Parts: sequence; structure tokens; C-alpha cells
Amino acid sequence: MRNETKREPLFHITKRSVLPWYKAWGIRGGAIVLALIVCALITTLMTHQNPFEVFATIFKASFSTQRRTWVLFQNIAMLLSVSLAVVPAFRMRFWNLGAEGQMLVGGLATAACMICLRDVFPNWLVIVCMVISSIVAGAVWGVIPALFKAKWNTNETLFTLMMNYVAIQLVSYFIIVWEVPKGAGKIGIINQSSQIGWLPSIGGQKYLLNIIIVALLTVVMYIYLNYSKHGYEISVVGESERTAKYVGIEVNKVIIRTMILSGALCGLTGLLLVGGTDHTLTTSITGGRGFTAVMVAWLAKFNPIWMIATSFLLVFLERGAGDISTNFGLNQSFSDILSGIILFFIIGSEFFINYRVSFRHASKQEGKAHV
Amino acid sequence: MFDFLSFLPRAVMQGIPLMYGSTGETLTEKSGNLNLGIPGIMYVGAISGVIGAFFYEASLASPADFRAFPAVLISLLCALLGSLLMGLLYCFLTVTLRANQNVTGLAMTTFGVGFGNFFGGSLIKLSGNSMPYLALSATSSAFRAYIPAADNWGWFGKLFCSYGFLAYAAIIIALVSSYVLNRTRAGLHLRAVGESPNTADAAGISVTKHKYVATCVGSMVAGLGGLYYVMDYSSGIWSNNAFGDRGWLAIALVIFTIWRPNVGVLSSILFGGLYILHMYIPTGMNLAVKELYKMIPYVVTIIVLVITSMRRKRENQPPASLGLPYFREER
Amino acid sequence: MDKAIAVEMRHITKRFGSVAANNDVSLTIRRHEILALLGENGSGKTTLMNMLSGIYFPDEGEILVNGKPVVIASPRDAFNLGIGMIHQHFKLVDVLTAAENIILGLEGRKDLKAATARIAEICNTYGFEVDPTQKIYDMSVSQKQMVEIVKVLYRGADILILDEPTAVLTPQETEKLFAVLRNMREDGKAIVIITHKMHEVEALSDRVAVLRQGAYIGEMMTKDTNAQEMTNMMVGHAVALNIVRPEPKDPSPRLEIKNLSVRSDDGILKLDDVSFTVNSGEIFGIAGIAGSGQKELLEAISGLQPIEKGDIIFHNPKKDKPVTFFHKSMKRVRELAKEGMFHDKQGKPVSFDGMSMGEIRKRVESGDVLFREDEIMDLRNKTPLEIRSLGIHLSFVPEDRLGMGLVGNMDMTDNMMLRSYRKGPQGFLDRKRPRDLAEQIIRELEVVTPGTSTPVRKLSGGNVQKVLVGREIAYTPKVLMAAYPVRGLDINSSYTIYNLLNKQKENGVAVIYVGEDLDVLLELADRILVLCGGKVSGIVPGRGADKRKIGMMMTHMGGQTDAE
Repeated sequence: MRNETKREPLFHITKRSVLPWYKAWGIRGGAIVLALIVCALITTLMTHQNPFEVFATIFKASFSTQRRTWVLFQNIAMLLSVSLAVVPAFRMRFWNLGAEGQMLVGGLATAACMICLRDVFPNWLVIVCMVISSIVAGAVWGVIPALFKAKWNTNETLFTLMMNYVAIQLVSYFIIVWEVPKGAGKIGIINQSSQIGWLPSIGGQKYLLNIIIVALLTVVMYIYLNYSKHGYEISVVGESERTAKYVGIEVNKVIIRTMILSGALCGLTGLLLVGGTDHTLTTSITGGRGFTAVMVAWLAKFNPIWMIATSFLLVFLERGAGDISTNFGLNQSFSDILSGIILFFIIGSEFFINYRVSFRHASKQEGKAHV
Repeated sequence: MFDFLSFLPRAVMQGIPLMYGSTGETLTEKSGNLNLGIPGIMYVGAISGVIGAFFYEASLASPADFRAFPAVLISLLCALLGSLLMGLLYCFLTVTLRANQNVTGLAMTTFGVGFGNFFGGSLIKLSGNSMPYLALSATSSAFRAYIPAADNWGWFGKLFCSYGFLAYAAIIIALVSSYVLNRTRAGLHLRAVGESPNTADAAGISVTKHKYVATCVGSMVAGLGGLYYVMDYSSGIWSNNAFGDRGWLAIALVIFTIWRPNVGVLSSILFGGLYILHMYIPTGMNLAVKELYKMIPYVVTIIVLVITSMRRKRENQPPASLGLPYFREER
Repeated sequence: MDKAIAVEMRHITKRFGSVAANNDVSLTIRRHEILALLGENGSGKTTLMNMLSGIYFPDEGEILVNGKPVVIASPRDAFNLGIGMIHQHFKLVDVLTAAENIILGLEGRKDLKAATARIAEICNTYGFEVDPTQKIYDMSVSQKQMVEIVKVLYRGADILILDEPTAVLTPQETEKLFAVLRNMREDGKAIVIITHKMHEVEALSDRVAVLRQGAYIGEMMTKDTNAQEMTNMMVGHAVALNIVRPEPKDPSPRLEIKNLSVRSDDGILKLDDVSFTVNSGEIFGIAGIAGSGQKELLEAISGLQPIEKGDIIFHNPKKDKPVTFFHKSMKRVRELAKEGMFHDKQGKPVSFDGMSMGEIRKRVESGDVLFREDEIMDLRNKTPLEIRSLGIHLSFVPEDRLGMGLVGNMDMTDNMMLRSYRKGPQGFLDRKRPRDLAEQIIRELEVVTPGTSTPVRKLSGGNVQKVLVGREIAYTPKVLMAAYPVRGLDINSSYTIYNLLNKQKENGVAVIYVGEDLDVLLELADRILVLCGGKVSGIVPGRGADKRKIGMMMTHMGGQTDAE
């Protein structure tokens, strides 16, 4: 129809220039508050509890006792560790979704050393072997998709994803090989009495060593990514492969080198989990952190320092959600639902950081973002 | 002796959820959306169907009042509705709010699996079952019904006629999807959106609408895969996490079929076969080796992934804009 | 005689961020008429037309089609109003066929047979040649344009907008296109062509409207005006049209290309037995229709494109210059000494026989080891990194500035570092010198930017180009290659670039300039190489070259025609 009249578009979206960081975090904070309100509403509906009680539960889950706080920090450390491992790959736009598998083979290598070398080597030598083998195992698992990506541009998202399941089956195989007692289908605590291959605890705190290692790792990774030549090459490759080639960066070398690093750090995280805290090997020892790490890194815009905040946030909320489900007699999976809701809000809020929405019928003044 | 007559129907039944999942994901990916939330969506599809069937069965005064048609219809509609809502959520975040597709997809999978297990767990509690599962045998038998005469047709009946209607629906949906993509104007427009949203937009095709429709329809198809799994394959027995990693395998299958749902019909049966191969290979007392056999589908997927990337045929590449958000006034 | 008004745009304003791309523009488009929308690059012509075709939505103002106010919120609205636009960057889907592209976006059943018939009918009417079953990725640029035009006609558009349609065409193809457009005018269609080429305005249009910096300057009947008047309106003030061209100072061969052949990834021969020599101290122009192998040539020289056959010989002007350690390869120094490549200040040959590495290093560092002759190296199939490590400074300003030459999301400092980041302390970056360089470029080339830490994608096209050219010149090149360095730049920025290139030429750099505007090449280059379909069609001196002859050489090998 020629003379059909149409309404003008109601609102109008434009890309923002850079938003000051405090405004960006303000928007994210707003999203989290909204998400918490929605979570509280849902929980209230399910449990008929007072919403403030729900919030109190979230907070208490992490801070009510010293032990809980330690566990909180341990969980943050582990999540942060994986996130630090994947972040160089992500900066390179290499979607390493295989952190789960890389961690698992790292843990597998650790367990293998603890079990097979306990009668052969002294404790310190076992630990040295554990460190080396877990890092190598993770690196190998990480570099395989990278080699194919470099050579044939094979889709790394799916390759790394599939490698996770190969790793799971590999671990399942060895769990049955090493099962204690026979037929139990699980390994149990390795070297319970001799404690061979158990990473030392500092000041009587089981988790302190892990936390210190990860804290150091964060600083090192920040410097590596922002101030080293390698880090610069990673950024250039991530932004534009053509530019990288143009200035003589060997893209394939960078991809392979970075994935070795990424996989190695995942392997190291596997070591910290198996050798440092859990002292056992299961297929679920990673607790899905390889996937959560994707969100941690992405939410922090791939900045290792901000990742401290985002991993804290996710662990804090997840533990809170976990306690809500137990305290109010809901099933454990309820926490996944709450985590999902919170993530959706945070993911959605990025839009308001990157774009400006202005309403057409608003007065002449510049439209403000609506959160 | 390898027992093909019992292996093949099992492979088909294993393959059907994968076929639904990969057909759905192919439709989605053709619009340029890489939906890594498919595993979660299949979970939601399954549990929604279970919820529908559970409340239908619970509302009956006595088991004798059970009617197959409403039971099937209710759980079918519930499954479709649940997965549609998930598809809408994904679209709202990635298309309207232009969020990163990988991150959104992973969050959806977390959410979907949690949603499934939460309501699954709650229903098990409600049903008062002491075992950690929920059995909906009446509804399931309606889903699994097939031509009674097929039993008398020997191997032919067993191989081709022994499945519930959702299995045949999966094949029909895959073939129809293929037809729509390649032969119809809607399919042409959809492919254009996935290849080059700018071009499609300039040609007057609504990128947003096509992405929404394709992703939502794709999600609903994938959701049916979850429903088939619980109602037909597992005979109506829901237990948490039983669905496992089939969602990821469905995503892998999309690549295996180089974005062609018709190819998916046979390849998903092949994948289904690989998935259960470990049960048919005699390993004696060595249980550990079985775990290694379970690796096969993933290893095969990796090999296919590598091979398609090595032979770079123009027609076999993923949609060019896959994974990228579209914003018209980009400058 | 007044012709029927097809479209009226009234007081249109469109802003992108704080920049007004169009400011209070009013324009009338009539039937039976070809309107030339004239303006420099960046004057807002395309933006204005994009608001008619539904790509953008105006911030202010109103649009009337056939006298009725309308809202064009999407391309579909535009189609429904009979408006069709042929964009500069073709809006075609590569993996679909011509016919599928043509019916894209239409409603109804997908009936390729009927579509094919209609396409044939349109082709016959206007003399196009389009194979409906051919895939777009197999097509040449002009074939793609044909598909684009057929696409618009297929929709029955009677208001056609063409955005710089001749940029990718040969003169002969351009003539064909013009004939078609004239036919359409006779049919009563309203036609707008966006251009900045004066001769096209004169040859084709009935009326011309001029935009400058987003504002409407004025309009007149083409027959009542002349090139001078239009230029004045377009640029605002009289511009000295002459580009300075100093005589080359003692030119000597710097880069020899011998029998170079290059195949693209999909096996198409892009360069076929190309040979030429570029001298120091000259600007060597390369002319040719877009896609004649210019890109492959420059990329092959800089080591980005594998070579099928041929040699790229680089003459490093090292005669009587001391050996340096840019590449830190003592082994190579030793090899060269064995070949008798060095002498000392007295002219006596230098030999390192029986000396340890440390002693050789000391000797070299004393500055008394000089090259006897220019160093001659074959760059064939060397990677950019290998070329660097031979101590060769090749600068390359690629066509794709933000996709290749610069990283859009990085700031100026980090972009400066692209060339130099390998220097400095082991493992870590030195950001001080790049920042100083960035500040120097901002000062000397008058780059408009909030500061060195603004991402370069936020800068305007001209400023982006200054940043890129500035960095490449700071690399102190021996050879400077520039692909379309003034594309999209306003006149002032263009002249800045010409001056920079001339200064390099005076410093003895061999400058290779790939251009699309023949007028500029004729005035800037000392010699012009004409490429035609990947072959050398001829090399002519820039001074006194005949533009028409070069045009013929671009389309026919050696400028000979067999038909005429």
C-alpha cells in the first residue's frame, strides 16, 4: 500500500561511546539488585518465607562462620584459577570451552602420580612429579584443539567441548582401574594415612596455599596480559588476525602458545583440586567451573583484576542459592535456577552499558539509559 | 555374534533425541544464532512434558479414567511451551539485547538443567516415591504405542515399525525442515539472515523476526527431543541427570551433518549407535574398558569436525554470521 | 517545464553521536529526471539516501513521497513506496544464486522458474547479462552490480538511487550503465546517482544538488552550470588543483619484481607474470580497475601472500654504510664477510678469519665495517617477520585501514606499537616511545582526537589514515607502499597525504601508490604501471600521460582494442 501510514518507531537504539567505569558497574550493580529481588520473590513464592530472611540466608551462607568464609575463599580461588586459565584464550577470541576437560586430565595426572609413585618416590619428589605432570597433561589437552585451529581453522568451541567428554570418559576409566575397594566405582581418599602427595597446608589452613597461589597467579596474569609482549600479541590476534599477520605476528604460534598456557593453568587447577583439597578423583570434581569461568571472564571484560570481583560475586550468590535450597527444604538444583536468573540479568544489563536507548517522543534532551 | 536386530532399533531410539536436537539447532544456526543453550532447552522440554503428564495423571480419579489422547496432547503442549519460553528468553537476550551468544547459551544450559532437576526432584518428592525417580507409565505407553500388527512382521516390523509416533515425527520434521530451508521463500530468507543480516535487512527481510522465529521453532523442536527421551526412550521414567550430555552431542551433530537436517536423519541414528555401542561389545569382566567405548561418539565428532574443516567447500561452511549479533545502525 | 515530484525531503537532520551527518537538508527528486547528488566523501550524501531506503531513520524532518508524508522505518517500507537503492557495497548473499538474491525479501511462493523468466525479460529490455543460476561468489564485480540493478527493477522500483555506481566499473561498462539509466529516465523513473566525479555529473544528469559537510548547498540544472562552479560549491573554496610533483633525485633501482605470479586461495591466477622495477626517490603509481591484482601485488611484496613463481629483489642501499645489528644475526654478518661484502673506511677488504664472535661484534660495533655494495636480497616467500629480521624496512598502508593496518579497539599508543613492540626490554612492552610517537603524529599531522588513549575506531576516516600513514613513515621505510591512501578522505586530508608521500620521495624512499582516481595518479606519480586482469598492461611516464589512453590500458592489454 502506497499511502499506508505507520507509527514512528517508539524508541531508538544507538551505540554508546565509552561509558565511565563507575556508571558501567552501577548498571551491573542495578541488574544484580533486580535479579536478587526476582530471586527473593521466587523463593518467597516457593517457601512462603519472608524475603529478608532469604537475603539473610544468602549472606550467612558465606559469612556466618569462619569455616564458611574459608570455603567461600577456596571456591573463589578455584573458580578464579580456571578463569585466569581461560582468559588468555578468550582475549585471543579462542573460545576455550574445554577448561573442564583440561582440569580433569590435570587432576587425573595428579592422582596417577599419587597412586603410582607413592611407593617409589619420597613425598617431595611425588609432589614435584604431580606438579609437572598435571601441567603437562592440561597443556596437551589444551593444545590439541589449538593445533587443528591453527592448521585448518577447525571450530574450537565444539572441539574443546567434545574434549571435555573424552576427558570424562578417560577419568571414568581410571576410576574403575583404581577403584577402592574393588567394585565400589570410586577411588575414595587417596593416601589417607600416609598423606603422600598431599600439598602442604600453611598455618594449619587447608585452603590457604591454594588461595595464595591463585592470588599470585592473578597478579602475574594481569601483568602478562597487559605489559608483556606475549600479552600484546594475544590482544592483536584477538582483535584482528589480518593485522597480526600484517605486522609479522605468527598467528599460529600465538594460538598454540596461548592454548598451551591456558591448558597448563587448567591442569594446575586440577592439581590444586586433587592434590590440595579433595585428595580424590571423581568426574565431577571440577563442579562445572570450566563453564562458570566463561561467565567470570566475560563479565569482567577479560580483565584479571575485575575477575576477582566477578568470581566473588558468582561464588557468593551460588553459595547463597545453595543454602536457600537446603534451609527452605528445596532441592539442591534450585540454586542452579537462581544462578541462572542472576546471570540472565547480568548478561542483559550489558546491553544498557553498550547501547543507549532513547524514546522518540521524549523531549529534545538526550535520552537517558533505562535500566 | 553382534546382534544387529536388537542393536539397530536401540540405535534408532538413541538417535531420535539427537535428531530433534540437531534439527532444532540447525534451524537456529541458520538464522545466525549459535545456541549453546540447547542442552538446557532439551531438559526443559522433557521436564515440562513430565509436569504436564504428572498433573494429568494425578488429576484422574482412578487410573481407569486415563485417556491416551489428552495425556499425549497435554504433555506435548507443555513440552512445546516450556522450550518455546526458553527460546524466547535466548532471543530476548541475544537478539534484542545483543548479548554474547556463547555466554547466554551456557547460562541457559545451567538454568535449564537446574530447572529440570529441580522440578524433577520436587515431583519425585510429591509422588511420594522412595526411589529417586518418577514413573509415568500410563502416559509413556501412549507415547510408545505403535501398530500392534508390527510384532508379526518379523525383522521388518522390529526395524521399521516398532517406534512411538514421536520417532516418525522426528524424521518428518527433519525432512520438512530441509525442504523449508532449501525450497521455500521462508527458508531462503532465513539463510540470507544467517549468511548476511545486513543484506537481508536491506532486502526488507526482518532480521529480528527471522531470528526469533527460527530460534523459537528450533527450541521447540529440540524440546521435543527431551520429551521423546523421557516418554519413549526411558519409558516415562524421569530421574535427575539421566538425559546426560545428549544436548552437546546434538550440537556436534549439526556440524556432522554440515547444516543439513535431511542428512541428520541417518547420521543421528549412526550417533545413537555409537552412543550405545559399548553395551554391545563384549568386554567380559573388564568394566573399565566400557568407559573407553563411551568415548567413541565424541572422538568421531572430533574427527568429523576436523575433516570438514580440512575440506573447505563453500557450501559446507557454517552460516557466515553465526555467533555475531546484528545491529543495523552500526557505523 | 516542471516534472512531477516523486520525493520531497524536508529539513532532514541525522546525527551519529555528536556528529551531524545531515543538517537541515531539503531535497526534491523528480520523475523523468536524473539527479546527481554531488559532494565530497563524507559530505553526507549516502547517509541522506540511506534515510530514503530505510537503513537509517532521520532524527528530524519529514519525507513526502508522491506528495504524501510517509514514515520509512525499514527497507521494506522503502520498497513499498517504490524506492530502490543500489549500495556501494553490494548487498548480496555470496552463497546464494543470482535469482535467489533477486527475489530475496519478496513475498509469496518461491517460484524460481517464474523469477527466471522475469529476470530474462528485464535483462532484454535494458541489455543486461545475468545468469540466474550463477552463485554470487563466482561473479565479477560488474556482474554483481548487474544483479543489484536487476534486483531493484524486479521489485518494480520507480525511484532508483545509485551510490557511486561507477567506482568499480571500466569506462566501457560505465557507458553501458549510463545508457541503461537514460532508458529508465525515458520510462519515467526518478533516478538519483550519488557521485563525486564531475564528468559523470556532466555526462548523465539533468539536475545536480550539492552537499557539503552534511549541509545542503544548492542545486541547479546541469546544462546551466559548469565544472568550476560545481567544484566551488562542493569544496567551499577554490582549491589549487595542482599536486606538486618534484623531479626524482638520483633514482636507482630499489625493488625489482621479476615474472611474479600469484594465485588466490581458491586457485584463481591473480597476478600473471608481472615484472617491473621501482626506483628510489620516485612515486610509482599503479592504476587498474578494482580487483586487477593490486592487493595481491602489494601483499606479495610485503610477504603476506604466497608466490607461485617469480622473484622480488630488494636493493638495500647499504653501499659505504656501516653494518648494523638490527637483526642481531652475527651468523649472517660472518657469511657476508666471507663473500667479501665488507670494506673499512680506507677501502680495504674486511675479513673476520680466525676471530671469535665477540671480537667480530666489537669490530662491527666500532663502525668501521662498511658494505662494499648495496645488499641485494630476494624477498620471495619470506614472511613479514623474516623481512624485518633482514633489516629491511617495508612500509605498507593497506586498503583496509581498520581491518589490517590498525586495530580499531586499541588506542593510538598501542597502534603505534604494532610496528615497534618487539624492541625494548626482554619480554615486556615499552609504551613510552610509542606514546611519544603518537603525540608527535597528533601534533605534526594535525590529527583530531581527544588524546592518545582514545580507541582509533572513534576517529574519523581522515584521522585514522593520518595515524596509519604517520606510523608507517615513522618506520623509516626504504619502500613505502600505499593502497588507496586517500579513499574516503576530504580534500584537505588528501593533500596532507600527497605531501607526506612527496616528502618520502624526496628522502629517497621508493613510494608505490595504488590509486583509483586517475587524475591524482596523473598528477602525482612519476611513472604509472597499469594492471589489467593481473597482467602488466603497460608502464607510462606520469608527466604528459593521456588519461584516456590509461583508461583503455586498464580494460585492454596494452591499450589496444580489437573490436573498435
